[in-house]
Amino acid sequence: MAVLEACNLTLNYHQRSVVDGLSARIPEGRVTMIVGANACGKSTLLRGLTRLLKPAAGVVALDGRDIHSLPARELARTLGLLPQHPTAPDGITVRDLVGRGRYPHQGFFRSWSAKDDAAVQRALEATGTLELAGRDVDELSGGQRQRVWIAVALAQETEVLLLDEPTTFLDLAHQVEVLDLVTDLNRKRGTTVAIVLHDLNLAARYADNVIAMKDGAVAAMGAPEDVVTEELVREIFGLESRVMPDPVSGTPLIIPIGRHHVTANELELVP
Amino acid sequence: MLLATAVVLLFFVSVLLGSYTVTLPDLFTIVANHLTGGAKIPGASFIVMENKLPRAVIGTLIGIAFGLAGALFQTMLRNPLASPDVIGISSGASAAAVVAIVVFGASGAMVSGAALAGALAVAALIYAMSTGKLRGTSRGNAAGNRLILAGVGIAAALQAMVSFLMARADIRTAADALVWLNGSLNSATWDRAGVLLLALAVLMPAAGVVAGPLRVLELGDDAAAGLGVRVNRARLALVVTAVSLAAVATAAAGPVSFVAFLAGPIARRFTGKASLPASALVGALIVLAADYFGANLAPLLLDGTVLPVGVITGALGAPFLLWLLVTANRKEA
Repeated sequence: MAVLEACNLTLNYHQRSVVDGLSARIPEGRVTMIVGANACGKSTLLRGLTRLLKPAAGVVALDGRDIHSLPARELARTLGLLPQHPTAPDGITVRDLVGRGRYPHQGFFRSWSAKDDAAVQRALEATGTLELAGRDVDELSGGQRQRVWIAVALAQETEVLLLDEPTTFLDLAHQVEVLDLVTDLNRKRGTTVAIVLHDLNLAARYADNVIAMKDGAVAAMGAPEDVVTEELVREIFGLESRVMPDPVSGTPLIIPIGRHHVTANELELVP
Repeated sequence: MLLATAVVLLFFVSVLLGSYTVTLPDLFTIVANHLTGGAKIPGASFIVMENKLPRAVIGTLIGIAFGLAGALFQTMLRNPLASPDVIGISSGASAAAVVAIVVFGASGAMVSGAALAGALAVAALIYAMSTGKLRGTSRGNAAGNRLILAGVGIAAALQAMVSFLMARADIRTAADALVWLNGSLNSATWDRAGVLLLALAVLMPAAGVVAGPLRVLELGDDAAAGLGVRVNRARLALVVTAVSLAAVATAAAGPVSFVAFLAGPIARRFTGKASLPASALVGALIVLAADYFGANLAPLLLDGTVLPVGVITGALGAPFLLWLLVTANRKEA
């Protein structure tokens, strides 16, 4: 098992600090959701947790070792990433694309093997993309394509998997499908998962652990029942809301309060 | 396989047929006797060994080099426009060669060396201009497009410089320099073929090595980094390899325009996906076919005027470039 930890992490973008002295721990074997308003630094944090962004200060450690001191392929065998905008080469088939997830397991003297074939097969099965294996990625729908990209990350067979807004541009049914898939992965393989997610309600439902960010720092961290409250929503989004138990899951359900379409007695309660 | 057979076939066609025809048995006798120091066939031996054979060998080798260079650039930048001849690397080589000839009166290996240096200098300049400040923030194709625009600008400036030098040079020097503007196999010699072969013996394995990370870089910088590729390092290795390939080919025969640009997309039509070996073979096919056409068929149509290979490939490439521009824009919209 692998533990990913950020310690006093400062990340700069164009000389401007976006994440400032942040410390957080991605608990092993759990699903962690990183939430926050636009531009709060949550995607930047995810980039810092992988090696996409070099810290200006502080350390990101995987099992106690600085990720920037590890050989790139060795790191990629433990820590996987599904970025926000991956691109599929023209005319590539699903199976070929998923096979590229095996890159860190191959080397100069270790070419494609039966083990790689097996890993690709498992990834295709787990994501329900086996029947798409021979198709061109260009022909797929948005939901199918996202499942294929998750399969690429699964083929990498890492103990930790980070996903940057994996549900963007998907309809509600496909959002749920993707999150179910990731939860399967967590429960069946014990993969540690961290996801940057926009939708607070889905995050609260699917998370074991929530990291709520504001202005590049952690505003709250813990189980969704303890963390996701009306005060937190006000603090990080500047939005009034009601938080009640989700009738389906019992997790916190956030009901936003805007200026319109709100009953009179609710409006009176707004401070 | 089919492509390799076609290259071999065309290689023999261009050696055997043409304005001076040699039979296949004669060819083997000539080569065998040349190697063993046996008797020469009067006339034929000289033409084959000093002209036709080195010409076909160099044509094949530069085709492979241009084809690989183009495919590496196009795949890395995910843009069919990003071939070394469009983004000014070939212009860098020819400008440096023309400067060496016209300004410094250089000849032979000096000119080739200058071409090599010119190509590398332009590549470094484009690389610096396109990554410089904005490194690490590029999303999607932004970095690639910037590189192409920088390259097109530099190519235009270099061409202006070459025109200026040509206009002021005396007529004999200008004739020497002309080959560096068109690309031609007329001055093919065994010396050049040897240098080229040596360079490819190093660069082709290098292309094989950088092809590994390239397969992952195609998925985007972030995904590649997540899969354990050191993106900047891998890209630098790719650029150096591709530029060196284009540069040694240009140093041997001048900037045979559009071969690098055409090889990748045509190879893709054949194989259904981007393939480096197929691009290399298609490159060789284009050069051999264009040279055969320019040297043997064009004179029949044009009252004996022999066209340099670069003129033919240019004539083929320009309409294709336009077609790509039109269709590429449609696809993105």
